Amino acid sequence: MPNTAEIGYDPRLEADVVCTKLDAALNWFRQHSLWPMPMGLACCAIELMGTGASRFDISRFGMEVMRFSPRQSDVMIVAGTVTYKMATAVKRIYDQMAEPKWVIAMGACASTGGMYRSYAVLQGLDNIIPVDFYVAGCPPRPEALLDALMKLQKKVLKEPLLATLKKPGPALPAGGRGHLEPEVSNLKSAE
Amino acid sequence: MDLANKLRAQFGAFLSEPVEFRGEVTLKRADAERIAEVCGFAKKELAFDFLLDITSIDNYGEDPRWRIVYELYGLGHKCHLRLKTDVSEEKSELPTVSGVWRTADWHEREIFDLMGIRFRGHPDLRRIIMWEGYPYHPLRKDFPVTGKSSEVPGVAFSKTAPIEGGPFVTSPGDKDAIEREPRVRMPED
Repeated sequence: MPNTAEIGYDPRLEADVVCTKLDAALNWFRQHSLWPMPMGLACCAIELMGTGASRFDISRFGMEVMRFSPRQSDVMIVAGTVTYKMATAVKRIYDQMAEPKWVIAMGACASTGGMYRSYAVLQGLDNIIPVDFYVAGCPPRPEALLDALMKLQKKVLKEPLLATLKKPGPALPAGGRGHLEPEVSNLKSAE
Repeated sequence: MDLANKLRAQFGAFLSEPVEFRGEVTLKRADAERIAEVCGFAKKELAFDFLLDITSIDNYGEDPRWRIVYELYGLGHKCHLRLKTDVSEEKSELPTVSGVWRTADWHEREIFDLMGIRFRGHPDLRRIIMWEGYPYHPLRKDFPVTGKSSEVPGVAFSKTAPIEGGPFVTSPGDKDAIEREPRVRMPED
């Protein structure tokens, strides 16, 4: 048996090796397996179902694994009117999701309360949890939701993953999430 | 109509003359305290075995303020009957009919939740739509549609909704769709 191996430059290897940073590689993995948590609260959920069905085919982008357990999902799609009574449940489910996690407010109601200027409806999801993307529409077309998810993929790709993983605290930098962080901390202190 | 007259014959002193309007028969009664008795008779003797709805009206600024409306139906004889009764604001209480029709349980809880009228003898008079601890009754006329702020730590909170100069009012008689659409209109306009 010859015990020798070929050492040195092998042109056959070149096509199979990619040099990159670990950050970029991990983010690339994450980007293509975003598991959505479908928080369907009103008619926007119908469009969310349409997005998941064959015509619009969310699985082209690697996001088709809808999980109804917050512990297994990465991105919460809040589709529909959030009432004050439901708001605590939404917040609780968000808190149960493992880091890293992202939130999409789908439609006018989830983003701002929409047409419901009412005693019963939360005036914007960002009053309770940080939101990454707001999708306009009443309800938005499935293309609009897919666009938000693709924008989220781009955002995921840019996250400084390793730098924040080594630090204690949440797995994502607080400054990069939503613009209403103080509101959230107020809520926590009120509890 | 016959059934309404039978009901009146039994409780003549308390019930008004039955009024028929577009095929719907309405009876008014003055004394809310005996509503359960009247309803019990209507169910047992007149076969109104199905309570379609109980609703309440806030005649704000008038006395008595509350009007409770019972929609009765008989699955056997297919006749509708409407019973109305008034309750004053100071009292805001009347006997339950959940002993007559069990479905009245949730209807009465809804009225208690949103209007703040209590039903004496109700088996489980809790809020049904708003959360426990919410301090207001939001369907009252003197409650603003945008709400008031409240806070029950760990359960729910509410805030006044921004309305940006509204309320937005339509103007149905105007000449084109641009004029008719909902806009901010002050009362003097």
